[in-house]
Amino acid sequence: MKRLVTTLAFVAAIIAVVVLNGRAAGSVAGANEAIHLSEVAHASGIDFVHQAPTLDPKVEHIAAHIAALGACVSVADINNDNWPDLYFTSSRFGAANALYLNQQDGTFRDGSAHAGIASLNRAGEGVSMGAVWGDYDNDGFEDLLVYKWGYPQLFHNLGDGTFVDVTAQSGLRVWMNSNGAVWFDFDRDGLLDLYITGYFRSDIDFWHLRTTRIMQHSWEFANNGGKNLLFKNAGKGRFVDVTDSLGVGSTRWTLAAAAADFNDDGWPDLYLANDYGPEELFLNREGRVFELARAGLEDDSKSGMAVALGDVYNRGRHDVFVTNISVKGFLFQGNNLRLNFLKELGRFDEVATGVVADAGWAWGAQFGDLNNDGLLDLVVANGFISADSTRDYWYAMSKIAGAQGNIFEDAKNWPPIGRASLSGYERSRVLLNRGEAGFVDVAEQAGVTDRLDGRSVAMADLFNRGVLDVVIANQRGRALLYRNAAPTGHWIEFKLIGTRSNRSAIGAEVTVEFGNVRQRQVVDGGMGFCGQNDRRLHFGVGNGRLGRVTIRWPSGRVQILDGLTIDELHVITEPK
Amino acid sequence: MTAAPAQAPARSIVAAAIDPRYLIVFLITLVLVVGEARYNILGGYDRLATTLGVCLATEVLLSWWLRGRVANLASAYITGISLALLTKPQANILWPFALGAFLAIASKYVLTYRGRHLWNPSNFAIALLVLVAADSVAILSHQWGNDLRINLVIWTFGLAVAWRARVLHVTLTYVACFVVLAVIRNAIVGGPVLAELAPITGPMYQLFVFFMVTDPRTTVSTRRGRMLVVAIVALVETLIRLAGDFQISFLRPFYVSPPILALAIVGPIAMFLDLRRTGKTVG
Repeated sequence: MKRLVTTLAFVAAIIAVVVLNGRAAGSVAGANEAIHLSEVAHASGIDFVHQAPTLDPKVEHIAAHIAALGACVSVADINNDNWPDLYFTSSRFGAANALYLNQQDGTFRDGSAHAGIASLNRAGEGVSMGAVWGDYDNDGFEDLLVYKWGYPQLFHNLGDGTFVDVTAQSGLRVWMNSNGAVWFDFDRDGLLDLYITGYFRSDIDFWHLRTTRIMQHSWEFANNGGKNLLFKNAGKGRFVDVTDSLGVGSTRWTLAAAAADFNDDGWPDLYLANDYGPEELFLNREGRVFELARAGLEDDSKSGMAVALGDVYNRGRHDVFVTNISVKGFLFQGNNLRLNFLKELGRFDEVATGVVADAGWAWGAQFGDLNNDGLLDLVVANGFISADSTRDYWYAMSKIAGAQGNIFEDAKNWPPIGRASLSGYERSRVLLNRGEAGFVDVAEQAGVTDRLDGRSVAMADLFNRGVLDVVIANQRGRALLYRNAAPTGHWIEFKLIGTRSNRSAIGAEVTVEFGNVRQRQVVDGGMGFCGQNDRRLHFGVGNGRLGRVTIRWPSGRVQILDGLTIDELHVITEPK
Repeated sequence: MTAAPAQAPARSIVAAAIDPRYLIVFLITLVLVVGEARYNILGGYDRLATTLGVCLATEVLLSWWLRGRVANLASAYITGISLALLTKPQANILWPFALGAFLAIASKYVLTYRGRHLWNPSNFAIALLVLVAADSVAILSHQWGNDLRINLVIWTFGLAVAWRARVLHVTLTYVACFVVLAVIRNAIVGGPVLAELAPITGPMYQLFVFFMVTDPRTTVSTRRGRMLVVAIVALVETLIRLAGDFQISFLRPFYVSPPILALAIVGPIAMFLDLRRTGKTVG
């Protein structure tokens, strides 16, 4: 009898495993979820196709793996016509980057050749890996920094639709293998500074390799990546490397960075997503030095690929979403959704579960209120290498993954990838924020069904309708523009113009009170993975009554606005 | 219970100190402490508390209920730590640790033949989880910083303990077979030979060669037999690995963790045949 009871309990436990595993996919949306997106890139005149880099034949056997980066999109109003424009990067020698100018009628026109920012991928100079916009000289026009595997390039916007390369005199001509950068004013002097992240070591020239010992030496605690560099804007178009004196020269494999005031001390901090290592938060000590915070990040090492900031539960905080890898059977790192409790507890709490945690091999991500209900939703681009769908590189990679670091640090020890896929053909996720009820994946119902290798995500109200549209840059694939059907909720938008602060107002933080909550957003100088949202901030307010709006400018000035009208874009100039 | 002679406690302590089980306990504790201190290998103390707690509680409960006495808890302790280290589920879920721990210990009381359990408990639980709960559970594939120094420490202590526990022949036979078969695999599938040898330098194999394949309660009775069985485990592992190399899709659930699943297949068959051959019954 006792043995029978034990056996029954044993069988019941196995059944429980099966049942609980069946729930692992997480919740899915009902048919009435209110986000509707239509893919209109071609119809809107955007026919951009990313091209991947070709590399030194010494790493040809895993070139598909190494060269799987570079499809990026950033948003800026480059001609001050109040309509957001788009810039895409390509990554093969001879392939052109593209600037799509908003024609104000629902379409875009490729204006990059005329602008002089198309033909940047050249032998000896490197290939583009992304771009960020910021008005570094406060002349009223957004300038462009293109970071590369090679020499970064800084372009000054002349205001007439053309750009001039000012890299040589800027002090930024330093060879890096970079996959990220952010503009921010770390010392609040009114001039935008620049943080460029390093991925592969900067002594590596991918077209003239002197060694194949170029890979990470640990899957979890690698610090043999490229050194991140902080350049202080010294004015007059000059930048000075202050990395070491400020203490932000991480050599982890940084793939993304975002800047915001995480601890409410008035100074912009830096949050890094590192591949093969833990995330890093560098707290800004009044512009004099950065300190690596112990904020609950150091114990949690994964494969960070994007940093998206959003006030997830309308608490007036910058919470952090960092993408990672999940693949059935082999690896469940899970994306991180870190709620910011720095002020109370000195740390972030990681709360991702279900569809938020498990999105596949996740890359770019951005928060944005897609249905104007007052809660920030989340778009995540997924998929690494989509090649032969019948062949999978995961098993081969698992062989090398368990090895000693000095084995897989050498690329020649890696199994050839051939035509195999590696987490390929994964779909993008659109995660609807339902507040306390959690996030739900509504991608298919919303109309997001692509299975391209998504990299960069950016959001903007591209057609000035009071709704956020979504742009996704895909590796070796066409760019996608998801036009948002106008939701019913109310909204308010802000375009900020700095005076004492940098003119782009990058780093300005806006808190909007509505209903019984408040939501905080920051003007970003680069966010997600190799992406940048529109500088204009969009707040959905649902049916809640709009209350006070508080703007904290990068200069430190706090501006409070009452009685603003909803369903309107407000252009706010910083009081002098 | 009768009073022990005056000198007995001292002898018991000495005996305990050299009991192979306690050497294994020492080794796995060393792995846990060093790995956690240096690399936070657990991913949360709640995982350790869950597996260890459920393993110990299940062992106490089932041994008392089914056999009338509380069993020595060293085995449950080793199983609990092994599961905490090897189980890598989706974010923020604990049920694989709780259910895996229960199934591991319960398997010792349910899946028996002639009074002996057939599977190494943690091997059974891990194999079951990766086969029937692949949407939720993965196995340790890389960890501990891929750090040569840490691994040298663990290999050194591991080999010493295996020698003292009289199972070094099992460990060395497996390692030798793995190396030979890796070279053969390389000749078949091509690519860098180090890619085939690489897995055995990693942490999962440390747990495998020191704690699973050598488990005295689930190995056969003769020295030669143990060496033969472990060679067959390595051979089956190689077949699973070749299935991975040649992308035999219906075997995909197996090649996420070739050695664990090879042992889960070969181990109980060998035990069954050995018990049948020797006719031993454990009360």
